[in-house]
Amino acid sequence: MANTQQLEDITTQVRRDILRMVHKVNSGHPGGSLGCAEFFVTLYNEIMDRKEGFDMNGIGEDLFFLSNGHISPVYYSVLARAGYFPVDELNTFRLINSRLQGHPTTHEGLPGIRIASGSLGQGMSVALGAAQAKKLNGCNHLIYSLHGDGELQEGQNWEAIMYASAKKVDNIISTIDLNGQQIDGATDTVLPMGSIKAKFEAFGWIVVEIEEGNNIDAILKGMAEAKSKTGNGKPVCVLLKTVMGNGVDFMMHTHAWHGKAPNDEQLAIGLTQNAETLGDY
Amino acid sequence: MKTYTNTGNKDTRSGFGAGLTELGRTNPNVVALCADLIGSLKMDQFIKENPERFFQIGIAEANMMGIAAGLTIGGKIPFTGTFANFSTGRVYDQIRQSIAYSDKNVKICASHAGLTLGEDGATHQILEDLGLMKMLPGMTVINTCDYNQTKAATIAIAEHYGPVYLRFGRPSVANFTPEDQTFEIGKALHLVDGTDVTIVATGHLVWEALEAAKALNEKGISAEVIDIHTIKPLDAKAIIDSVSKTKCIVTAEEHNHLGGLGESVARVLATHQPTPQEFVATNDTFGESGTPAQLMEKYGLNSASIVKACETVLKRK
Repeated sequence: MANTQQLEDITTQVRRDILRMVHKVNSGHPGGSLGCAEFFVTLYNEIMDRKEGFDMNGIGEDLFFLSNGHISPVYYSVLARAGYFPVDELNTFRLINSRLQGHPTTHEGLPGIRIASGSLGQGMSVALGAAQAKKLNGCNHLIYSLHGDGELQEGQNWEAIMYASAKKVDNIISTIDLNGQQIDGATDTVLPMGSIKAKFEAFGWIVVEIEEGNNIDAILKGMAEAKSKTGNGKPVCVLLKTVMGNGVDFMMHTHAWHGKAPNDEQLAIGLTQNAETLGDY
Repeated sequence: MKTYTNTGNKDTRSGFGAGLTELGRTNPNVVALCADLIGSLKMDQFIKENPERFFQIGIAEANMMGIAAGLTIGGKIPFTGTFANFSTGRVYDQIRQSIAYSDKNVKICASHAGLTLGEDGATHQILEDLGLMKMLPGMTVINTCDYNQTKAATIAIAEHYGPVYLRFGRPSVANFTPEDQTFEIGKALHLVDGTDVTIVATGHLVWEALEAAKALNEKGISAEVIDIHTIKPLDAKAIIDSVSKTKCIVTAEEHNHLGGLGESVARVLATHQPTPQEFVATNDTFGESGTPAQLMEKYGLNSASIVKACETVLKRK
């Protein structure tokens, strides 16, 4: 069991990893990655029951699926720091011949990844299939998934959301990253979606809200509550309110850093705001 | 020449249903998914015997492909069932990212392919699915010719690891391949020996090719007939060996000539042994309503068309 300070330390290091990865190749998605750093760190280091090593079928452990694959920097950093592959490999992010593709893939055999994602809206269906496989296998572990809020504009999500409650898939916790931003601006400007909570509830899901999605204690509490609501015949949705770019002041509260890398000077400022904890790769 | 007997018309989709039923009894990892077309796909018996291994998705094919991909994580072998149009074009990106690129062991089983779907018309008669599927890296593409072969192929693909597109159809057609055959993915079937022209056919056009060979024989033309049930990976050796002898070839398929079997054969020949070729296929067009026989005649996909194509290509030798 990690304490909050340990999780904070990992998060700070993950933020450094994210900034350095995207800076090196001058591409990638730092904003959404930083916004979900606390969530990923808490999920992989405290919430999920994981086995040592990696096998694709993942029987006897909790599994995670990332639907909004563009936030691969945070995913890769947290997987490496959790021991799935060498931390030094973060140096190869988005380079030719790397297992760390721009968007996550199983194609290059990177441990920790179970599905390709990047083309949006597909992850919840995959997570539901994995959840139903767990039931068929008599495996009582849970499926976790993460989706962007803008991503909910993809229609396939609503096929999946409808299916999950109709089929009583109650061993899944799908988290929506409510950062309120997408490429062209605020979600409320690009395509206002109304109440996402009301929509999930109308579709028969149990909804848990985490108002401070960048606060580790709040995430721990909210996810524990979500977990306690599984197994009751209904799927569970977590609405995680985050700040895009969290932890790097000039990247916060804007969509400007959705898919843009910091320059040398901006990197230096970002790293100053996040002192090394576990050691840089 | 060797001839084949039709043991009684049957639909290929029922061959799929029978194969799936057998898999239900023999392979506990096989699961089936359907998007509101159980009766059309002949999945009733599998569902009756294995209700816990069947997933009714509703009219949501994109979700079905994603769920199938997810079910493989945990060791299941999912068979999805819907019409060919909704199995491919409608869900191309889901198949591309969540199944093909993700190397998932999903069997995409597609009925009502091509013009022989009949009266429903062009919205449902996909003639582009083979092309769509064969372009996906790692995808195996199979188009079976009769009931027995479809049943055998259904059973065989469960033993093959990797994504497969299995295409079959709606109408009752001649059933002439052996009842107890073993289906070998990627292995062409040499049906008739001949010396003047090679006919390579797939799906419903295989029986038409046999009929064409008989008609040609009566005219003194010796046609070799090869059933290419696996369009990818293509049995290049069988094709090259045959044209080494006949020096000309006709390909026949219920599909657009763009992206179909004929183009795959042409590529093999262009690379290894340039050979005159004629294409029996639709000519960059949509279908329309009509009976299957009327449509196959109007769009030139019957034995008469194959005979004509053979006579044309023979002059180009």
